Amino acid sequence: MKPSHRAPTLALLPAGLITFVCFYLFIAWTFAISLTSSQLLPSWDFVGLLQYERLFASARWWTAMGNMALYGILFITGCLAVGYLLAILIDRGVRAEGVYRTIFMLPLSMSFVVTGIIWQWMLNPGLGIQQAVRGLGWEEFAFNWLVRADRSIYTVVLAGIWQQSGLCMALFLAGLRGVDPNIWKAAKVDGIPIWRVYASIITPMLRPVFFTAAILLFSLVVKSFDLVVALTGGGPGFSSDLPARFVMEHILNRQELGLGAAGACMMLATIAAVVGPYLYAEIRQKKGG
Amino acid sequence: MRRLPLYLMLSIAALMVLFPLLVMLSTSLKPLDEINHGSLFALPQDPTLAAWTKAWGGACISGTCRGLSVWFANSFAIVLPALFCSLALGALTGYALSLRTARWVDMLFAALLIGLFIPPQVTLYPMIVLVREMGLFGTLGGLVFAHTVWGLAFVTLLFRNFFLSVPRDLLKAARIDGAGFLATFWHVMLPLSLPVCAVALVLQFTYIWNDFILGLTFAGPGQQPVTVALNVLAGSQFGQQEYNVNMAATMIAALPTILVYLLSGRLFVRGIAAGAVKG
Amino acid sequence: MAKGRVQLHGVMKSFGAVDVIKGVDLEIAPGELTVFVGPSGCGKSTLLRLVSGLELPTGGSIMIGDRDVTLVHPSERGIAMVFQSYALYPHMSVAENMGFGLKIAGLPKNLIKEKVARAAEILQLTPLLDRKPRALSGGQRQRVAIGRCIVREPEVFLFDEPLSNLDAALRGQMRVEIARLHAKLGATMIYVTHDQVEAMTLATRIVVLNAGRVEQIGAPIELYRHPANLFVAGFIGSPRMNFMDGLVDGAEADSVSVRLNGATLRLPRHNADVRPGAKVTVGIRPEHFRVGPGVDAGDDQAVEFDSVIDLVERLGGETLAHLRMPSLSDGVLVVKMSGDIALRIGTGLRVGVRLAQCHLFDAQGRAVGEPGSRAAVAA
Repeated sequence: MKPSHRAPTLALLPAGLITFVCFYLFIAWTFAISLTSSQLLPSWDFVGLLQYERLFASARWWTAMGNMALYGILFITGCLAVGYLLAILIDRGVRAEGVYRTIFMLPLSMSFVVTGIIWQWMLNPGLGIQQAVRGLGWEEFAFNWLVRADRSIYTVVLAGIWQQSGLCMALFLAGLRGVDPNIWKAAKVDGIPIWRVYASIITPMLRPVFFTAAILLFSLVVKSFDLVVALTGGGPGFSSDLPARFVMEHILNRQELGLGAAGACMMLATIAAVVGPYLYAEIRQKKGG
Repeated sequence: MRRLPLYLMLSIAALMVLFPLLVMLSTSLKPLDEINHGSLFALPQDPTLAAWTKAWGGACISGTCRGLSVWFANSFAIVLPALFCSLALGALTGYALSLRTARWVDMLFAALLIGLFIPPQVTLYPMIVLVREMGLFGTLGGLVFAHTVWGLAFVTLLFRNFFLSVPRDLLKAARIDGAGFLATFWHVMLPLSLPVCAVALVLQFTYIWNDFILGLTFAGPGQQPVTVALNVLAGSQFGQQEYNVNMAATMIAALPTILVYLLSGRLFVRGIAAGAVKG
Repeated sequence: MAKGRVQLHGVMKSFGAVDVIKGVDLEIAPGELTVFVGPSGCGKSTLLRLVSGLELPTGGSIMIGDRDVTLVHPSERGIAMVFQSYALYPHMSVAENMGFGLKIAGLPKNLIKEKVARAAEILQLTPLLDRKPRALSGGQRQRVAIGRCIVREPEVFLFDEPLSNLDAALRGQMRVEIARLHAKLGATMIYVTHDQVEAMTLATRIVVLNAGRVEQIGAPIELYRHPANLFVAGFIGSPRMNFMDGLVDGAEADSVSVRLNGATLRLPRHNADVRPGAKVTVGIRPEHFRVGPGVDAGDDQAVEFDSVIDLVERLGGETLAHLRMPSLSDGVLVVKMSGDIALRIGTGLRVGVRLAQCHLFDAQGRAVGEPGSRAAVAA
């Protein structure tokens, strides 16, 4: 090794160690545990794919996975749509743009727990929006998703979009600001209506931003834990459960380490299936360009 | 006037974002009686800070009735050392990675980057085992370590991409001036990266303060951060729910990051953009 | 005394499978200002970085003074370097920038201050010492970069295309300043540039590099007058030398007859191997043509060509004419005339050149004759 490379190599030792041990070795460990009968504590009694069989036989797991799919689709499209719309509105050149931007991103600075509690209060059927609207005269008004097993997951979507739209707005705004202003001049000269420019020119140009934002949101979806815990507690029953909460509960509270580990590995597989191709394309693009 | 619809839409959107926060504020200023019998939309008729006082100093959480202030202090005790560790390690690692002295350095960076996407649930239990083996489980040190590990990928990414944008000639000039790896880092690169440090500081503060899962798992009893305490307080199924106290507590817990966000202005946006545009 | 002498012996450098420097031998005498010049990618900057120690050679050795510094750290070689981008530390004041190397070396503060003050004096930077680089103009930044070198009192100053970030007017001014500084300090300097005007005006000696090899070393005028090969001939001088393909008619011990464009030129021969029938290249600098009807009529020391004017560039002080010749394979011929001359495109022009100013290169591109060194006789 060149002498000038010695110090940087040494400096990378802690990070290298952390990366290797705390990321990859830990993943391997969790995978190994998912093949054992571990309950409260890790035990190395290998039982093959038994934990996965149990997992796939569990209705609660499939509810959680189904919820994640539903939540993921609605939350991601919602955030992208709202964020993009807000970004376009701001980019039209409004005065006090900073004020609007600050407001839209304000929820981002709050924790999921805070968001969850705020919305739990807002959606409280007895005292929240439902009651308040009824008080205004609409006696039949019903907005009781929080306590309805078939609707509770949508409250998570609502709170999630409220919190994360600002992130998308920021990303899209940065993208819009990066658009060559000459494109706007050219479109003006050609007499193309503004909405057409957005639909046919700007939006396709921002495709990479859509991808980045979607990937970012997706990784939030899979990790989602705090929000559900604070908002619905996974309930009513397990109706708004998510895999992250399922895993946490089995690992920490239910003494089902092996089953929890199997769930965790499935979460990782889900992420890898979506993020993997993205990262791969990203890296290839980097090398090509 | 052609812009009126534009401002109208923006203002409605802004109102929708602010509405829950305003409701929260208004609820926290009402007495419990007014909440139970009045409308969510109604403004407090007789604003009182009683709920705030109780939330701060008197509410019972996990058996102690000293309010949120205890947990608030816990959060600061966690955030400050965790911030220092994760920024120090991230800056140094980012700098070393930006030198790209060998192929494996880039590979390490890629490996680290992938870490951004690993759900904490996957590595949580082995981490508990590791921290316990280190004799740090349930201590502040263990929690700080966990935060440093989980923040490493993001902070490193931020610094590495910044340092990569520093002209290579500057590093060469420093070499000719006789500055070694650490001297160059300390005298040249770190002072240059102050804006990035600020971005990392703001975002890491927000992330660590807002963390729930690590605090829940690694903190010892009575040492949990404010988010965990808040969830206990508001999620408690026992006895009469004091919504005004809950709302005041929620605001108190959210206030530091909101303040940091409002005061830091564009840094927050820049950090989010930098974190998202991976390099 | 060897202080300030730089010697390169068989220096080689490859990046992976790419050989960038393919064996360079060079000796630079103390106090010389040597310019490395060549097209981009020729390896001139790499060669400079090898001298500086920022890159280590894959073969050969480098001596500075009496020391073999081939593997010595850049900061301990007794060199200082000015970068193309100046590479000033943006967060440090001018004084801190200049004193940083000394601070790292652990010199006491008052000594650093003294040395910085002295260097600032030389470069007239004293009033700017407390400013940050961003508050300086391009020329001032350049001077600070030079000041950072002076403070280190190096044996050798290295300049890596230091003027290419400046606009044309400032470039001329800084060129003069560097020349003056060299005269004042009398230190050895190595200067890399792709700009042959800089090379010609600054250099004590020029090293012309191409594709990792030295093409020729010599004083600027020597290179202009006696380019050793086609590459140097084409690189030094602006507008570049005209090249015309010729055929060797007859070769004698001291002269060669070349058939070119209907005329036969008898040019001196010098240590090259040419046989009758061999292809050669005749080179004529644009400024060596003489224009007008019958300029050289009857002069057996000169040759004349008929041409058609293709394009005229009038610059005021001089006029460039691009000429076409019926039998010229090379395309156009550029002729440079002093003064403003009105020429009409499409009209014929008769140009002449003295044989003594014709350069002859063999098929390998090596110079065959040394124009002016011996009498050339037209057949």
